Amino acid sequence: MSGLSISRRGLLTGLSVLGTSAALGACGAKTGSDTSAASGAKADTSGDTVKVGLLNSLSGTMAISEVTVHNALLLAVKEINAAGGVLGKKLKPVSQDGASDWPTFAEKAQTLITEDKVVATFGCWTSASRKAVKPVFERNKSLLFYPVQYEGLEQSPYIFYVGATTNQQIVPGLDYLKKQGLTRLYLVGSDYVFPRTANKEIRAYAKANGMEVVGEDYAPLGSTEFSTIVNKVKGAGADAVFNTLNGDSNVAFFKEYKSAGLTAKSLPVLSVSIAEEEVKSIGTQYLEGQLTAWNYYQTTPGAANAAFVKAYQAAYGKDKPTSDPMEAAYTSVHLWAAMAEKAGSFDVDDVKAAADGITFDAPEGKVTVDGATQHVHKTARIGKVGANGLITEVWNSGAPIKPDPYLKGYDWASGLS
Amino acid sequence: MTVVLNQSFTGISIGAVLLLIALGLTLTFGQMGVINMAHGEFIMAGAYTTYVLQQAVGGAGVSLLVALPLAFLVAGATGALLEWLLIRRLYTRPLDTLLVTWGVSLMLQQLARDVFGAPNVQTTAPDLLTGHITVGGVTLANNRLFILGLALLCVLALTLILRLTPLGRRIRAVVQNRDLAEVSGIATGRVDRTTFFIGSGLAGVAGVALTLVGPIGPTMGTNYIVDAFLVVVVGGIAQLKGAVITAFALGVLQSVLEYSTTVSVAKVVVLVAIVVFLQWRPQGLYTLRTRSLA
Repeated sequence: MSGLSISRRGLLTGLSVLGTSAALGACGAKTGSDTSAASGAKADTSGDTVKVGLLNSLSGTMAISEVTVHNALLLAVKEINAAGGVLGKKLKPVSQDGASDWPTFAEKAQTLITEDKVVATFGCWTSASRKAVKPVFERNKSLLFYPVQYEGLEQSPYIFYVGATTNQQIVPGLDYLKKQGLTRLYLVGSDYVFPRTANKEIRAYAKANGMEVVGEDYAPLGSTEFSTIVNKVKGAGADAVFNTLNGDSNVAFFKEYKSAGLTAKSLPVLSVSIAEEEVKSIGTQYLEGQLTAWNYYQTTPGAANAAFVKAYQAAYGKDKPTSDPMEAAYTSVHLWAAMAEKAGSFDVDDVKAAADGITFDAPEGKVTVDGATQHVHKTARIGKVGANGLITEVWNSGAPIKPDPYLKGYDWASGLS
Repeated sequence: MTVVLNQSFTGISIGAVLLLIALGLTLTFGQMGVINMAHGEFIMAGAYTTYVLQQAVGGAGVSLLVALPLAFLVAGATGALLEWLLIRRLYTRPLDTLLVTWGVSLMLQQLARDVFGAPNVQTTAPDLLTGHITVGGVTLANNRLFILGLALLCVLALTLILRLTPLGRRIRAVVQNRDLAEVSGIATGRVDRTTFFIGSGLAGVAGVALTLVGPIGPTMGTNYIVDAFLVVVVGGIAQLKGAVITAFALGVLQSVLEYSTTVSVAKVVVLVAIVVFLQWRPQGLYTLRTRSLA
């Protein structure tokens, strides 16, 4: 939000982290030459309990979303412990606050691995934070389970991507719009890596599918002035808006949208970053009838989801909604537990080797881990925001979609990298 | 043609927001010369006042109307307190004022975070203000019209106070020649505090207006503080009409550029235009001519 204060503080933290990581890098280089040291910072599995790391922003601008993910992770840990733990050992969650600040994420990831000696880490939300911790997990050969949909085009050997990749969310979203005959798209997004990459993919898709992108606009993250963008959208003759705005900008955008007389009927908006929690904070009156693309909604039918919603609301409050990233986070812990049980070991390489084909009856339906990409087979679901603030499904892909992070199975995506 | 008219209205409405947030600053920075980095936090105080009121009262329309005077008082009182505690000791040290008020701004942000939580909050706008009216194909959003009206009302009120009331005369006297005002029997300290009260209070009113367009958060003030200073500097300090003209000119320029390019490019071009303008006219659009030697 605050360009001014963050840049100043960011400068200081940036400098201090530069210092720290330089020092860490030096350590890594030194121990790297020593073969036995590869397991020097390895997980501690000697006691009756093993530690799992939870890395979320519990403060700062992302806290609104990430606290709910943290809650869902704790719920899953509690359930696994109640059922006897993993390989006979109880899980002890260790929480670290990433503070919505990417260098802090890297620092805390290192702390979890080297000081807390966790067996696996769950968390991160923004792609920026994931990119910040990626080298830390790779350098230490430790596992991260990432619970949020993202822009694809990434595949780290030490990250399991439990949220949707592009072909499980954005591509089905586009398929849906095409099927509705909404072929003239206006792209609105926040100005950072996820929307820019996603829109590049959308343009390629549109070109190959006879759709037309009639406009593309980015607002700085945290921007609240959308009158001109909405005017441009209005004048462009689009059939639908594809919205990759993140965070609070959505509030200003949808307020302006309604003020300008645009509605879900006259010009629908398909959003990929607005889930139940965000609907509540933006205000249902601004969002009613608009579309979203996810893999899970609180209203998704099934016994597993009924139990999940009930357990979550019993633990955190009756009026608390459940959302896709929370569900993926919850699922990720269960998937890891199943991998470790199958491997009969907490060792990272053993767990990775056991990952392929692991299934879990998740609240979103049955999910299967794809060992080769370390992503998850997920069912795509398009939803519509209802008057009560909940999202109801209007279309789903029928069966889980095989993850394809690099979009290799799509000819139109061949030019993307 | 419709596009041009629509875009002109957008520019005017952006200008109205700029004018509202800069109006208080024309008093505290323009008239008194205080570089108050905490001005944005008075905007935030006004916005949170609206939020708290709506939580307590409920009705969106009523709470908005009550919030306007209340936010003026809350932000004004905070400003007067700041003036009394810190700023009055620093009138001869403008750079120290900048640092001190920046520190205060960070403290106020943290205070808001502790009291209201880190996530941003929203208020519900009254139904009347979420719609729009169409005049000859031009869409006029009601909330923007409201902000425009509010900005003009504030300018009018401020002009009348400065021109016609004894208080306004005293304020102008102190601004033009502090020493002479003092030997003429004006309690300059009290006038300073009153001026600061009004300036900060206007920031509070701006905060209420901003709840109609965006979210309320601890750092919302920092989004606007730079724009507010730009308006006052370009308009020429010490002159209301300079701020009015500048706010609308910048608003229209921003919206026209944004329409033909992108948000980021528009921001850059506007900033460059301002820098060039200040090279040519460092004193701003209007200056105050007095016979004082200062």
